[in-house]
Amino acid sequence: MKIELAEPDEIKLQMTAMIDIVFQLLIFFIMTFKVVAMEGDFSVRMPLASSSADRLDEALPEQIMVRLQAGENGNLSNITVDGLETFIDTDVNAMYRALNEYVERKLAGEVNPESGGEVEVEFDIDFSLKYKYTVKGIEAVSGRILPDGSVKKLVQKIKFKDNTKRPL
Amino acid sequence: MKYRRSNSRILEGDLTPMIDMTFQLIAFFMLLINFSEVDRAEEIMLPASNLAVPPAERPDYQIILNLEPNGTVKFFGQAYDQIARLTPLLRSEVNNAAREGVRNPGEIAVIIRSHEDTPTGLVQTLIMKCQEEKLENFNLRVKDREF
Repeated sequence: MKIELAEPDEIKLQMTAMIDIVFQLLIFFIMTFKVVAMEGDFSVRMPLASSSADRLDEALPEQIMVRLQAGENGNLSNITVDGLETFIDTDVNAMYRALNEYVERKLAGEVNPESGGEVEVEFDIDFSLKYKYTVKGIEAVSGRILPDGSVKKLVQKIKFKDNTKRPL
Repeated sequence: MKYRRSNSRILEGDLTPMIDMTFQLIAFFMLLINFSEVDRAEEIMLPASNLAVPPAERPDYQIILNLEPNGTVKFFGQAYDQIARLTPLLRSEVNNAAREGVRNPGEIAVIIRSHEDTPTGLVQTLIMKCQEEKLENFNLRVKDREF
């Protein structure tokens, strides 16, 4: 007896439904995709001012006073450091460069031994000064990017003078 | 004359490379999608800086406060039109942190995302409001200038 072997049927998967859903997923992800700018932080530790009795034992850090004065529309007018030097320039970046150089000079000089070698910057900023100028000030005292791309750190301790009263 | 009829066949393109590619694209977008955007107010234009460092690790507990130029504070999509009205929110956040094991409010990271045109006095007012609840670890958020 002769047995005829039936040719096996080719099994075909139905791909249409899968491709449909895969494309829908792809469109969803493309539409919801958002390019987010890289963000970073300036960390500032600011406890409420402790009483003078609590601070007797602590070595007080040497202080650099930086005053940022606002001009029209909240733009930066000038920078005064330690009440001694005032930087005025039409170019805002030039004022911040001068501040950066001042802090660098100060750190390169002798630091009062009673300060424990620590330097602190106290910002006295006008209420109306735009925040971007404050950040530039913090950046100028925090460090500088060297030509080789590395960062030279300057002052890490920062505090603000209370200027929360809105000018009349 | 005799014509020979050829067998008609269904032409099927090879879909394998296209499906491979599509799955790779889906995988790419799935990895990059970020659902944690809820706490960021996109309308806030952060000041730019080169020196700020991206946080190395997520703090144990963080409070992200978005400050607009008019003094409105946004927290998880909810707007507070005055900084003075933040007290209940900050208290509840300090309590939530304590429940999650961060008992010292000084260890809570307060991330301030302020618009670049906000008067600095308002930022200071916000900081002082947080200090009233014994929060002292502040992170002033900026965007990378090169981006």
